[in-house]
Amino acid sequence: MTPTDPAPLDPAGAVTPAAGPAGPPSAAAPALRRVLAQTGFETRAILRNGEQLLVTVALPVFLLVGLVATDVLELDTGGASRVDFVTPGVLALACLATSFTSQAIATAFDRRNGVLRLMATTPLGRGGLLAGKVLGVLGVQVVQVAIIAVVAAALGWRPDLAGVPAAIGCLLLGTAAFTALALLLAGTLRAEGVLAVANLVLVLLVVAGGTLVAPDQLAPWHAHVAVFLPSGALAEAMRGALLGTGVPPLSVVVLAAWTAAFGWGAGRLFRWS
Amino acid sequence: MPTTSAPAGAAVAVRGLVKRYGGRDVVDGLSLTARSGEVTAVLGPNGAGKTTTVECCEGLRSPDAGEVRVLGLDPRADAAALRPRVGVMLQDGGLPSGARAGEVLRHVAAMYAAPRDVDELVERLGIGSFVRTTVRRLSGGQRQRLALAAAVVGRPEVVFLDEPSAGMDPQSRLAVWELVRELRAAGVAIVLTTHLMDEAESLADVVHVVDHGRVIASGTVPDLLAAGDDGPDGATSVRFDAPAGLDVAALGAALGPRWAVTEPRPGAYVATGPAGPRAVAALTAWLADRDTLATRLTVGRRTLEDVFLDLTGRHLR
Repeated sequence: MTPTDPAPLDPAGAVTPAAGPAGPPSAAAPALRRVLAQTGFETRAILRNGEQLLVTVALPVFLLVGLVATDVLELDTGGASRVDFVTPGVLALACLATSFTSQAIATAFDRRNGVLRLMATTPLGRGGLLAGKVLGVLGVQVVQVAIIAVVAAALGWRPDLAGVPAAIGCLLLGTAAFTALALLLAGTLRAEGVLAVANLVLVLLVVAGGTLVAPDQLAPWHAHVAVFLPSGALAEAMRGALLGTGVPPLSVVVLAAWTAAFGWGAGRLFRWS
Repeated sequence: MPTTSAPAGAAVAVRGLVKRYGGRDVVDGLSLTARSGEVTAVLGPNGAGKTTTVECCEGLRSPDAGEVRVLGLDPRADAAALRPRVGVMLQDGGLPSGARAGEVLRHVAAMYAAPRDVDELVERLGIGSFVRTTVRRLSGGQRQRLALAAAVVGRPEVVFLDEPSAGMDPQSRLAVWELVRELRAAGVAIVLTTHLMDEAESLADVVHVVDHGRVIASGTVPDLLAAGDDGPDGATSVRFDAPAGLDVAALGAALGPRWAVTEPRPGAYVATGPAGPRAVAALTAWLADRDTLATRLTVGRRTLEDVFLDLTGRHLR
């Protein structure tokens, strides 16, 4: 669990353990190393937290297996196998859970506990802290996607391999949109408020946001709303990429617009303490 | 007697700092300096503006007016250059609650090119016993020790410690004080805020007494304690603890015509007069005649609490 072992980098330490001006001038670690250390720290923090794991890994896998193995939810798969249709939506859900719900809660409590302020006084700085958080989200997503892909493959998932690069691009764009929303919430509301809102929004977007059930299978008014939600846009893009029907341009535009809006809001309103 | 001119070599120089919240001046024209190789205490009651002042020095807040220089640099504009050289211990800790103590310290150390040896620091501050415990399960004193370790692990030239002894048991405090003295000997500038008189008296080379967002007195601890201690006629206080209910009038008469003895609290006595070796000998002899032992006796020495009381008419909390 050690990001870097400082001992070998510290030849002067053995001579002047007292530190300060008597030793070499204090210097920061290289920027990349700082950000990677923060990335590893954030990734482990999420993967070690039981509740976070439940939301980010257990929930998507449970929904994947449940929807594929049972008929609780009637799905028009448009000729595709049930697992081929469900898995892209589950990947979108996993992205939502990690980059939005989990990140919003973690950042809100870091803010309340003064972690954001303390780390901002180290050489990491605010920029490095944010970069580490975003990369930490991506690190967790690599783990999530790997687990979901393995489970789905075991259930018979055969995605359109040509669509994989597009799917990865869509996941990155979705991550940007949801992380920006997470920071907007975490930087403006009280930690307890973020805890409630982040979970509620997750449930609403999963149930009614076009994530697992495609928007065109919802009531017409509802479908119009769902395609313009970030959740519906991401899930539609994922289905388009991995079912081989092509990524709908509208989904990409919608995601980019939400990313810009949330990012602007977070940049303006985020408070560090 | 606030310090208004900042020496060029000052590690920390604050001049005319103003910080407002909601129209109220929390810091109101505060000036102070701190030098390398010295412990500078910012002493004052809660709400005096101590934390806001150090947060402006740490670059966490922007001053509304006035100037702040740390190592000659602006904490906001030159933040990237200053961060590796400045160590910070926040009052509310700022430690990630889900991580283990040792992991947090190694993580902070990873931000520096040549950090201190983490294992040595762990041993110095007695962190070893809880190095694998998550932060949220640590006691207040354990968290403070970990936060201090994180503040100094990067070999800073300036260290800001906001209420470092809060919630600490006496043993932890001694370990912390020892480390602070060692940093001072190594030439580090240490700025600590405290509302504990004994902490300022034991550690500080220079004390800035702060009230209502301003420095109302500055100086070394002996200077502050000596100022105004001797009465106009050269009277000095002898404070001693002994069993309650001694005949203070009789003692005063025994000491001489210019002596007055009071018992402000049961068992705590103050004898005021021309104190000298003979007067002290006479006092202890008078006690000995009554088979009474003074358990504590100090001559001519006020506490910072007395100083603060004289300056503001209020008690420190």
